[in-house]
Amino acid sequence: MRALVTSLALLAGVTASAGEEQPINLKAAPGVEQVEGNCGACHSLDYIEMNSPFLNAAGWNAEVTKMIKAFGAPIGEADAKVIADYLAQNYGP
Amino acid sequence: MITRRRVLEAAGTGLAAAGAGFGLPSLFALAGVPLPPGLPAGLDTEAALETLPGKQPLIRLSYRPPNYEAPLEYFSTPITPNDRFYVRYHLADIPDIDAATYRITIGGEGANGKLEVTLDDLKKLPAYEIVAVNQCSGNRRGLSNPHVPGVQWGYGAMGCARWKGARLKDLLDKVGIKKEALEVAFNGADGPVFDKTPDFIKSLPLWRAVDESTLVAYEMNGEQLPHFNGYPARLIVPGWTGTYWMKHLVSIDVLTRPLGNFWMRSAYRIPLGQFPMVARFTSQETATNTPITEMVINSLITSHADGAHVKVGEVKVSGLAWDGGYGISSVDASTDGGLTWSSVTLGDDLGRYAFRPWSFALTTRPGKNTVMVNATNKIGQTQTATLLFNPAGYHNNVMQSVTLTAT
Repeated sequence: MRALVTSLALLAGVTASAGEEQPINLKAAPGVEQVEGNCGACHSLDYIEMNSPFLNAAGWNAEVTKMIKAFGAPIGEADAKVIADYLAQNYGP
Repeated sequence: MITRRRVLEAAGTGLAAAGAGFGLPSLFALAGVPLPPGLPAGLDTEAALETLPGKQPLIRLSYRPPNYEAPLEYFSTPITPNDRFYVRYHLADIPDIDAATYRITIGGEGANGKLEVTLDDLKKLPAYEIVAVNQCSGNRRGLSNPHVPGVQWGYGAMGCARWKGARLKDLLDKVGIKKEALEVAFNGADGPVFDKTPDFIKSLPLWRAVDESTLVAYEMNGEQLPHFNGYPARLIVPGWTGTYWMKHLVSIDVLTRPLGNFWMRSAYRIPLGQFPMVARFTSQETATNTPITEMVINSLITSHADGAHVKVGEVKVSGLAWDGGYGISSVDASTDGGLTWSSVTLGDDLGRYAFRPWSFALTTRPGKNTVMVNATNKIGQTQTATLLFNPAGYHNNVMQSVTLTAT
């Protein structure tokens, strides 16, 4: 606890401003370019790591479908499948 | 009047101005993030303490849109300082707003007229102050078992501030409301990256909109609102979850029909009857579900994280309790796994919508000591012993059980 408080104080002292978006290095595997290009257009890619590894193939597919149907993401069927497969294989349980 | 600028760019500008761009993210990673147990494993590598412009370090869950929660240490007081207040956005196009040209448009088909008000107009109306908790509906979502998708909040997607502003009712009275008015809808200046993404617009039932506690606030703890908490003015709906507290408020529309967008019809819904719920939003209810409304009663141990090391002997354990505005009547603690309970000491009462501090002296024995806490409000509601699972991970008010190791 004390170590944390100290580290917070230290950070407060040395970082007038940060919070700048840093590159998120997703796992290198087939489909990663489609994920970065499509998903990353609307939100940072940390959402993917944050929601892992508990979503299975059906869970990731539902997320991709939600982005297209509910949020209007302009992703074609072929890319949607590549993205869902990538997420399930690399960020699934 | 509004220059749309992504938060990324805003943050970058701040960074350049401060001249402090030297390898900080790795420093944050080394510093470690105080995450509670039970969160998805992906957060271990992803979440980091980072500092948005105008803020102290917060736990970043996502950069864009910015979602940052407060570490436990920031809840040592019943008022959360502005620079320690959590940040939550749905959509990533977040403008900087010039207060001089800022306007709120008030109208809609359920209003008799239309009106534009400036920030100065707002400040000329009778001002009211209220201390109230703002908590994200999904606070503690990350602790859901099984996990559910979304922002994986721990305990820190909440804060309590003294808000000052005009009553929404006084603004609505200026345009006049038709007798068939049903809901009031609110939009903020932030919006989606793509036009086809539904803008974040929310509505309240008319009865809640005209409640005297519902404010359009331009001050937070005696200062202007931080950019990331809704500058220059936001809606304050004491007792209700943060989804209704529209930031960067730019329009108020009185409706005679239920608002039918994604954010009302699909998002922020809970199964009907699953949670105790006094405040109803009947124009939005279906046979199976309802919009989330008031917060459920809850408490948080703030003096110690789970797994903390303490001394053998007397240790002060303290924390906060809050509810949907009925008022905390007691907080009870158990040190024997929930077999027996005793009331703890309540601290300053800053009002029925505020965090209520509490504390007690725990006598620890060498080894593991378990502390459970359960709050009760003035209408007899208490926290739950087990999770009331729902698909969006809302309303997690499971009693904490914290283990302290005494040596």
